[in-house]
Amino acid sequence: MKEPALQRIFYGALALLGLCALGVGLAKAGWSGVAFALFAFMTLGGAVMCIWERSVVRSAFALMATFTGVAGLFVLLEADFLAMAQILIYVGGILALLLFAVMLTPPDLNERKLSRLAAGALFVGAGALYLGLKITDTAHWFVRGAPLDGNVAASGSAERIGVGFLAAGPYQTSAGTELGYVVAFELAAIVLTVALVAAVYIARRKPSDLQPEEKAG
Amino acid sequence: MLAAVLFAGAPQSGTNPIQGLLEQVAPAAVPAWAVVAATIGIGVGITVAIVSVIAMFGTWMERKVSGHIQCRYGPMRAGWHGWLQPLADGVKLLLKEDLVPKGADRVLYVIAPAIVLASVLAAMAVFPLAPNFYFADIDLGIFFILAMTSTTTIGVVMAGWSSNSKWSLYGSMREAAQVIAYEIPLGISLLVPIMVAGSFNLIEVSNDQAGWMGMNWYIWPWVNPFMLPAFVLFFIAILAETKRAPFDLPEAESELVAGFMTEYSGIRWSFFFMEEYAAMFLYSAVGAFFFFGGFESPLTWLVRHQFGLTVGVQAEAWSLGAILLTLTSALTIVVKGFAGVFLMMWLRWTLPRVRIDQVMTLGYKYLTPLALVCVLGAGLWEVFVKGFLPWRNG
Repeated sequence: MKEPALQRIFYGALALLGLCALGVGLAKAGWSGVAFALFAFMTLGGAVMCIWERSVVRSAFALMATFTGVAGLFVLLEADFLAMAQILIYVGGILALLLFAVMLTPPDLNERKLSRLAAGALFVGAGALYLGLKITDTAHWFVRGAPLDGNVAASGSAERIGVGFLAAGPYQTSAGTELGYVVAFELAAIVLTVALVAAVYIARRKPSDLQPEEKAG
Repeated sequence: MLAAVLFAGAPQSGTNPIQGLLEQVAPAAVPAWAVVAATIGIGVGITVAIVSVIAMFGTWMERKVSGHIQCRYGPMRAGWHGWLQPLADGVKLLLKEDLVPKGADRVLYVIAPAIVLASVLAAMAVFPLAPNFYFADIDLGIFFILAMTSTTTIGVVMAGWSSNSKWSLYGSMREAAQVIAYEIPLGISLLVPIMVAGSFNLIEVSNDQAGWMGMNWYIWPWVNPFMLPAFVLFFIAILAETKRAPFDLPEAESELVAGFMTEYSGIRWSFFFMEEYAAMFLYSAVGAFFFFGGFESPLTWLVRHQFGLTVGVQAEAWSLGAILLTLTSALTIVVKGFAGVFLMMWLRWTLPRVRIDQVMTLGYKYLTPLALVCVLGAGLWEVFVKGFLPWRNG
């Protein structure tokens, strides 16, 4: 089949699936269901487009939908800070870096054909899917009351996260006992710093790279 | 809470001044969701209108400022000193042919300006015009603004890549490199006032700076001496973030024609300009909120003093004092915002463009470490010195 026709069929099917998802969401959980279906569709649709598109740059742009959709899901879970961090870091930072790297790489269309790796990828994908299903089973999606039902807790999530990151052990708040995460936070910071320094060390130009002829002579 | 803002949920009265007002005037037969929908409509309308007016005023101001700096008048024909010029430009842009170059990636080419404009519109949604006039008052205010404006990069890279033009691609690569480099010092230098205020919320930060005749602005050295260097770093970073000269490498009209927007025309091209001027104003206003007192000025201090209003306490909505406070607060923040915009224009028409390697060196080797030093110093000051300053503990 011709490529444009395939593209049209693929995107038509994707759009139909999206509409179905919105309908199911509306039937199952009202307007918050629609919001959930929209963001879930953005996440999954972006991922599918990312795999489908033959151009690497378009694949990277499709990831924007995925990242934004995940941020929307975080908002639905009332994790505002996480949602903003998701957009700031993944869309504003990592995706821009990714595009930067992709554009500097020479295009090689054969690279994206199915290979022996596919079996391995399928295996890993199935595992990830299973794990994802497990997580969605245990997550408290609509337990705290969907935002559209007027059940919004007015507590600032930024303050809770800030206090939680800097508390060494469990501490008491008006809402109950909360856990402190200062050790995990600082450990993560140290690991990141070490990784950054190591990356710079590996990537930097050694004097021998700059003047090869001097080294030879 | 953000979920409420995004999906118009939470019909809690009083969370949003527009909604509160509508609930007062709406007859009982009107259902709650209609009020919420109307609130969203009005809020989005106001946000879009504010961005458009800022962009129109910004283009006119740019022409006048550049004109007067170069010893000429700028636009003079359309209206008094050419103030109608942006309207004429708008009509011209709407009537222009909307071209998509051959070989361009059509879908991405069309989406790109929308993403660029949407990012600044979303950021504008949490921008308060007065302590009691805002659309969305979320506790993550500045974090939300930084997150939303950071997505502009993706739109610009998309525009550059999909145009199928070398100038555009060069421009967008520069934009990606530059914005990633300068987001770091921008965020870190903003940490200094955030740390002093203990809040991300723009209104709370502004309230924290209330004091006699604006003498409690964070920028004053007696509040925290590390604030002034932090502001200088912040200002340099926002120049790079908004792609203004001397950091206008993504556009660089003398090297790259118009950089990432070379191939754009008509209304799509104007989206990029709207984003640029709205982002300039937004970043300047953020600077005003976090360094120059936000709503606090001698004017607002006088109004509050005269009518016996307390900082952070909402007065009766229709009392004369509350109305005057709203007006003076809005006037204060708009004047401060445009003062920052004027400074950016002044720099643009004064300084030559820097090279890309100089941009990178400045961002990574100087601004980032200096911003970290500022954060460290300001933190030490807050912990060890603040206790001895009587004007910080009243």
